[in-house]
Amino acid sequence: MTKPAESGGECANCNRRQAFIKLGAASIGVACTGAAVFGYEFLSPNVLYEPSPIVDSGKPDQYPPGTVTQDLKSGIYIVHGPEGIYAMSAVCTHLGCLTAWNTDLGIIACPCHGSKFTRDGTKIAGPAPRPLVWLRASISDDGDLLVDRSAPLERKEFVRT
Amino acid sequence: MANSLAEHLENLRETRLWRSIFRSGSGSTNLHRALAVQQNVFLHLASVKMRKQSLAFRVSWFLGTVSLGGFLLLVATGIPLMLYYHPSVPQAYADMKDLRFVVSAGLFLRNLHRWSAHAMVLLVFAHMCKVFYRGAYRPPREFNWVVGVVLLILTLLLSYTGYLLPWDQLAFWAITVGSNIMSSVPLLGARMRFLMLGGNTVNANALLRFYVLHCVILPLFAVMFIAIHFWRIRKDGGLHSGEELEP
Repeated sequence: MTKPAESGGECANCNRRQAFIKLGAASIGVACTGAAVFGYEFLSPNVLYEPSPIVDSGKPDQYPPGTVTQDLKSGIYIVHGPEGIYAMSAVCTHLGCLTAWNTDLGIIACPCHGSKFTRDGTKIAGPAPRPLVWLRASISDDGDLLVDRSAPLERKEFVRT
Repeated sequence: MANSLAEHLENLRETRLWRSIFRSGSGSTNLHRALAVQQNVFLHLASVKMRKQSLAFRVSWFLGTVSLGGFLLLVATGIPLMLYYHPSVPQAYADMKDLRFVVSAGLFLRNLHRWSAHAMVLLVFAHMCKVFYRGAYRPPREFNWVVGVVLLILTLLLSYTGYLLPWDQLAFWAITVGSNIMSSVPLLGARMRFLMLGGNTVNANALLRFYVLHCVILPLFAVMFIAIHFWRIRKDGGLHSGEELEP
């Protein structure tokens, strides 16, 4: 860094110089902020090529009373209990592994860390902090059972056919 | 404000952390300045001292520096583009369209990449002409001229491989024609074309090969030869300045 000529103790151009330094620093600041916004916008995809959260599970009469059906592709359970049909996410609430329905034992078990659930999602054993998530199920105009994987339910809801 | 800023910087230079990274420390003696250049991995490619005359605009028109700027701009725009581009037959064209119409700032980055690529070819040619007509290729700089020719070929190859990636009709037929020209090389031509395309037609393998060449292999070679090119400037006694022109 070269210092301005300071012969005579007074610096004639110092105010001007400082103003330019401030202007330069401000421009760099604006450019950096712009680049950060620009980068953030670019990195956030505007369109996602992910499967739709709404799953068409076909006609409800293919789920007889008392059965638990696992849809491996979409990661959900369709259960036909005494109160009606309901849908649950098969994703374990511990660390997101896909659980599996064990017909012989009549429980849902997670292969990763040994969490176990009943058929209504209540935890029996293991590290899972919460019961399995219930999902909104509805009947479409065509009479198909629709499950919305993006709509976790607060209270239990059943579809009656 | 400027004074206090300078003081802060000066204090920063005295800290242990700073001194552990930049050994030369503060000071404006010639030795300090020379050490600051010599001990920095990026700056050490350049000469510690250079003649003021050789830095005048008329000497080089800064064409080499601007070419480097083009290369850096292409790297800076190319890496973000890679985040949205899949080099596969079903997706490549759709991804290019998405970059233009869907991704925020995608149109800007893609066009900047494209225009910078065109500009770089032009600039490298202009740089070569300037060096030629100034006589800067003559000894002791004859090896650096050869390195420059390699860099010109790398620039053209980068341009050529990048041309296929949009995977549109223009790209497809350009590479079909280009690879057929290659196959006219005596004896080895057909085999070279087969290896370059990874098949007999411009297809999925060719797209992937061109992508890897464009994004990994050729840029690596370009960086290596750019480093040699700059280092040779120092080794050959600095930039060619006007006074050497008159024998």
